[in-house]
Amino acid sequence: MKIVVCIKQVLDTAAEIQIQDDKIVSPGSPLIMNPYDEFAVEEAVCIKAALPESEVTVISLGPDSVKETLKRALAMGADRAIHISDPLFTGLDHSIVAKVLAKAIQKNSFDLVLCGRQAVDDDMAQTGPALAVLLDIPFVTVVTKIQFSENFETADITRQVEGGCETRKSMSLPFLVTCQKGLNEPRLPSLKGIMAAKKKEIQILSATDLELDAQFLDPKNNLLHPINLSLPPERKKGIILEGEDIAKQLATIIREEEKII
Amino acid sequence: MESEITIIVVVEHDQSGIKPVTYELLNAARKLADTGKIIALYFAGAEEADESTLIHHGADEVRICIHPDYHQYIHETYEAGLLNEIEKIKPDIVLMPASNSGKELSAAVATRLGVALATDCIDLQLSLEGEVTIKRPVFAGKAYSQCKLGGSKPYLITLRPNIFRGEGADETRNGETVREKISLPDFLNLELTREVGAKLDITEARIIVSGGLGMQGPENFKLLEDLAEVLGAAVAASRPVVDNGWQEYSHQVGQTGRTVSPDLYIACGMSGAVQHLAGMSSSRCIVAINSDPNAAIFSVADYGIVGNALEIVPLLTQEFKRILEG
Repeated sequence: MKIVVCIKQVLDTAAEIQIQDDKIVSPGSPLIMNPYDEFAVEEAVCIKAALPESEVTVISLGPDSVKETLKRALAMGADRAIHISDPLFTGLDHSIVAKVLAKAIQKNSFDLVLCGRQAVDDDMAQTGPALAVLLDIPFVTVVTKIQFSENFETADITRQVEGGCETRKSMSLPFLVTCQKGLNEPRLPSLKGIMAAKKKEIQILSATDLELDAQFLDPKNNLLHPINLSLPPERKKGIILEGEDIAKQLATIIREEEKII
Repeated sequence: MESEITIIVVVEHDQSGIKPVTYELLNAARKLADTGKIIALYFAGAEEADESTLIHHGADEVRICIHPDYHQYIHETYEAGLLNEIEKIKPDIVLMPASNSGKELSAAVATRLGVALATDCIDLQLSLEGEVTIKRPVFAGKAYSQCKLGGSKPYLITLRPNIFRGEGADETRNGETVREKISLPDFLNLELTREVGAKLDITEARIIVSGGLGMQGPENFKLLEDLAEVLGAAVAASRPVVDNGWQEYSHQVGQTGRTVSPDLYIACGMSGAVQHLAGMSSSRCIVAINSDPNAAIFSVADYGIVGNALEIVPLLTQEFKRILEG
């Protein structure tokens, strides 16, 4: 099975953020693999373990720092990595990024595309489904289980919905899924994995390699134009309740002052 | 401009009926363009869909598209139906809930049409010139991003549940209903089984009772469930609780879980990690119970109680029960 995993490098979730020159910054905080993409990489590596003739390609778009995240995926067990890298790829919105990723994926044959259910920076949840539409393959989002048939040609796929889950039966490859926590337990790269990753290839694809020109990649073509970033409004200072009847005090406040119940 | 604007609201419903978030979408649409035309689009598996509440909540027209495949939500069939209706109605804006289904459906349809999509919005503005700007949380709520939508119309926008609640139904409102049996392409494989419990989903709940490691073990979540039952609330948890297997992942609030904005969030035995605060600090009222007076959770709390959650939660359950039954 030829498996493609799309990953994004994001700011560590433990980071506290500031806004500087209309950009989000967090000096000193590490960049990590988007946590949901770790589930995607792990799933691909598990499929390869069950079906050894599989090939796992990880692919990411971004600046030079992205190589570190690609290396981590290789150390987890991916076979090869593609870094989509070009100064022309900066400042693009999701609609264009999905088109660039689709171009890169279409350069080779594929059976399964795995993405995270959303990136924890933009929280858009758009790239996965958009990519499936552009690749003209079916998709299932927010997936917590992929149960392949014995011959690995179809799968029952379980996704999370509000208040429960639902399972699509016998989906035939090729398809795309976006991965949710619960799908698996992503491994930490082993020392052996890290050593092996050093020998693995990171292929670089530029705009020219993907036959994309500056006009197509002009951020003017973005459909979503950022105007302003702000920090959440400060919450007013709270009150610490003290004294004998704390429960009674709180219940009265919730009912009479906050009027919530 | 405003008088001519047309907005489609996609009705989200399941076996228990129309989801409350649909009424929030109608309210948001009315607020955005009160003189515009608001069409509620209802994909139904049978004819007996009840449209009156949609009109009472702000729809000028309800279009009920009937096809047996619509007995359940599957994005392929919804996508086909929605593309058809967009082609016919030529709306300026399409509103959907930022639910798991709304997010995938909007992304697929926006890509097919090559139009703008903004996900999980908490504010919408329409200028006199017809420009649409939205505000949405990024980094799970650590920051807000304001954006202008561009390109050709319609603009697709998904709205976060619980933000756009209106005044409620106006039973004197009138509107038109159009019922139409539609045809759909033959999809090859739409076999689906659904397991949805009676429990309220945390993103849809008005009140959330949430537990952290201070609950000391899975057995003590019974205390939170008791309080939740009295308040009609949903039970949520922090990431360490979920990673320990005390609660299911769907209950996790935070940057790698779910972002919630209820009216009341009661945090029990929670330290308030930055990832968790991101996911819940837009709640209207926050109550924190923690034995450590320096816990970060108190920095976002409107009301704090310094003490052991295991002792205080049962007292709250008793007290809320008393005043609610009183």
